[in-house]
Amino acid sequence: MIKNQEFLKKKASYCIDLVKKLGATGSSVIVNHSVSETVNFRNQKLDESNRSDDLGIDITIYFGKKKSSISSSNLLNDNLNTLIEKCIETTKNTPDDEFNSLPDKDLLAKEVKDLDLYDDTHLENDQKIDYLKKLEASASDDEKIINTESSFTQNKSNFILANSEGFCNGYKTSSFTAYSVAVAKNEKSMERDYEYSSKCFLKDLDDAEELGKLAADQTIRKLNPKKIGTEKISIIFDKRIAKGILSNFASAISSSAISRGTSFLKDKINQKIFSDKIKIIDKPDIPKGLGSRNFDSEGVKTDTLKLVEQGILKHYLIDTYNGKKLNLKSNGRCGGTSNLYFENGNINFKDLLNLNPKSLYITETIGHGSNIVTGDYSVGATGFLIENGEFKYPINEITIAGNFKDMFQNVTLANDLNFKYATNSPTMMIEGMVVAGK
Amino acid sequence: MTNFFEKSDLSRNQAEDIVSETLQKCDDGELYLENSKSESILLDDNKIKNSSYNSDLGFGFRAISDEIVAYSHSNEISKNSLKQSSRNLKSTLRSAKGNYNHFIPKSNKRYYENFNPIDQKTLNEKIEILNKVNNYIRSKNKNVKQVTANFLGEHKSIEIIRSGGETLSDVRPLIRFNVSVMLENNGRKETGVYGIGGRKSYNSYLKDNNWKNVCDEALRIASVNLESKPAPAGEMKVVLGPGWPAILIHEAVGHGLEGDFNRKKTSAFHDLMGQKVASEGVTIIDDGTIDNRRGSLTIDDEGTPTEKTVLIENGILKNFMQDRLNARLMKTRSTGSGRRENYRHIVLPRMRNTMMLSGKQTQDEMIKAVNKGIFAVSFGGGQVDITSGKFVFNCTEAYEIINGKIGSPIKGATLIGDGPSILKEVSMVGNDMMLDPGIGTCGKAGQGVPVGVAQPSILINKMTVGGTKL
Repeated sequence: MIKNQEFLKKKASYCIDLVKKLGATGSSVIVNHSVSETVNFRNQKLDESNRSDDLGIDITIYFGKKKSSISSSNLLNDNLNTLIEKCIETTKNTPDDEFNSLPDKDLLAKEVKDLDLYDDTHLENDQKIDYLKKLEASASDDEKIINTESSFTQNKSNFILANSEGFCNGYKTSSFTAYSVAVAKNEKSMERDYEYSSKCFLKDLDDAEELGKLAADQTIRKLNPKKIGTEKISIIFDKRIAKGILSNFASAISSSAISRGTSFLKDKINQKIFSDKIKIIDKPDIPKGLGSRNFDSEGVKTDTLKLVEQGILKHYLIDTYNGKKLNLKSNGRCGGTSNLYFENGNINFKDLLNLNPKSLYITETIGHGSNIVTGDYSVGATGFLIENGEFKYPINEITIAGNFKDMFQNVTLANDLNFKYATNSPTMMIEGMVVAGK
Repeated sequence: MTNFFEKSDLSRNQAEDIVSETLQKCDDGELYLENSKSESILLDDNKIKNSSYNSDLGFGFRAISDEIVAYSHSNEISKNSLKQSSRNLKSTLRSAKGNYNHFIPKSNKRYYENFNPIDQKTLNEKIEILNKVNNYIRSKNKNVKQVTANFLGEHKSIEIIRSGGETLSDVRPLIRFNVSVMLENNGRKETGVYGIGGRKSYNSYLKDNNWKNVCDEALRIASVNLESKPAPAGEMKVVLGPGWPAILIHEAVGHGLEGDFNRKKTSAFHDLMGQKVASEGVTIIDDGTIDNRRGSLTIDDEGTPTEKTVLIENGILKNFMQDRLNARLMKTRSTGSGRRENYRHIVLPRMRNTMMLSGKQTQDEMIKAVNKGIFAVSFGGGQVDITSGKFVFNCTEAYEIINGKIGSPIKGATLIGDGPSILKEVSMVGNDMMLDPGIGTCGKAGQGVPVGVAQPSILINKMTVGGTKL
């Protein structure tokens, strides 16, 4: 069972009181508990069950402008006493940093809205197994599928964030996640692909059979890939890859990258960084949203931010420390974005495929090829060649490269946005990138 | 050595009884206990930005029947908690009819000392070195715009209790020191990163102002990148420098030779045992027994002593890396490669220190043999798709080669290749094998574990370079 708010609050206030008694000027504490149960299937048989029960505490202590932190998974008071004493000593010996401080009191969240983030339903492992049986039967239907691995995870979490300014709040969240990976093989090649669904509420989860069939279909169509030549070509990013480009944008406007000067988007506020009609929104209060939250990891309230309007950058993602350094107020983005998305473009998916006589449709990238300092982007890719709006044949062992500064100015979006992840994008086309192949 | 039962209502005897009772009809399994302490001190933007300390304690209880693994972990070492885990395992393995395999090899060899790196230097000493690092780098070059430097120290005690009460334990120190420099000139920014580490004491890494070499190297890489021009795009010859570039071996073939992917037949190598998978002269081993290295282990996380495993010998595929589960199902023995990030994770077959051994040629001969290509000296991260065999990695320091001579530095580009065929494209193996500086972390199934790599210079006939210059 997941620990209740009372237990977590008691632990948090024990620490805050002790830290105060030992003479510190401020503190903040996060206590969280999560219980997660996973069942894995392989080739239509039970392969693994995994139960995890994780209790943890993070404590940050302030002595004026000095700061230090500890974390532990052992919440016995004995252990907490030792750790807090150690942390007090460390804090005293750490040099001052003028920007260290708890968040401004008037920015802290006052109310906690019920965003419908917790489903009390408990699914026994046998029921998870039933779901996976259906999923894997559907995924294994085609004889070209030689291997399937699928998992079902139920997660329940609860947390409390408290600080010495009197903030003390938290709430439960839940998630139900199903994942399926298929391997297809024929004489010439062996390929792998996947499908996934994750929801706060069990009843919203994708149908098992549909999920399995999607995983299989997406894998089979990758068989017999070809390598293409080295050229400049327009690239269409599948939604699951396009969201990654949006995440790179979010890293580049984080106040820490901006204040340290390590972002290619530094000093670009109120400048046009995307093509004309692009709008990017971070909306924390979507009911059942996978990225929804009432406040950030410092307790600061989070309002909806229109980060980019008509292609123009309007906000950075600001936390307390870097905000003070940049002389800006925190906008509740310590720990990153919430539900981040591009608004829909005004062209449908089919028309997007038809915009150019020839383009590349990318379904997977590999490698860590995004450089936030310079904006350079170069990754390995897998996908399909599109000719006259039709999927012609699969492509692999190529790389795609460009620089975000140019790529962002050449984005065209389809109108097929949905909220499958916490960060979401419609299908995205970018022109002018270089493909390296043969 | 941690006494895991000191402050618990659970005694060692009771724990042993629960383990034996739970694993009665299972083929394998164990109770894994872990106590780890880690410390991180970070200097960034001219200040000590962060000092943090983590103390983590918990257990992971595993039961295996045939191919099915049941796992349950908790950070509460108590009677209740272990019993709840036991019930959870039994409910998954209701129909278990196995025979517990009690055999586990023994060895007295140790590959690192038992010490706690966190206590070796005071906080103030560590802060003082970080400040020196910052001042040293900033005084050496006027274009320095950002310096980040950090110390990571870890001390991990583990204990494995098997059915019948057999107990195995290990204490593992680990240190890492890292420096990152950003230079800016005429509006252009580039970074250079370098680090050192392993299972030795702070003093051995930092004596004689050793830290200055780390700073110089980070600064040198950043300066080279500031002069770099766009990388070429397309297929060409690639010379890899010695040492850290061996992450190519790690990604391209290492992962594909891990037992689990081969038992499940999802690795491109699964049906190639005994066959020629690399050019003659290419020998690759995975070695957990090199003293004090980042990837070395006295015993793996199942209690099996580690060893030097020959993966490819003179081009022929000889062995996969195995944990107990995959070894049993593939009717072979564990190579001491069963590892986990911590008690929250199940054991998987993983790499330790993966090395390509030296050949006879010199790096000079390789460069001279290339008309148009690139010379890659250092890499950032890499990744592989086990099934298709395609892998990538990102250059962080590379040069063009024109007519047998090293030319201008080129911007970070991704290289992509095909695992099963890349080693057949190796046409020269250098005589200059070098170990990496001790900074690698390998990710698999969401678990990060410390690893090492090593190789000599090698010449690859054909790889695709993902630059922007057509």
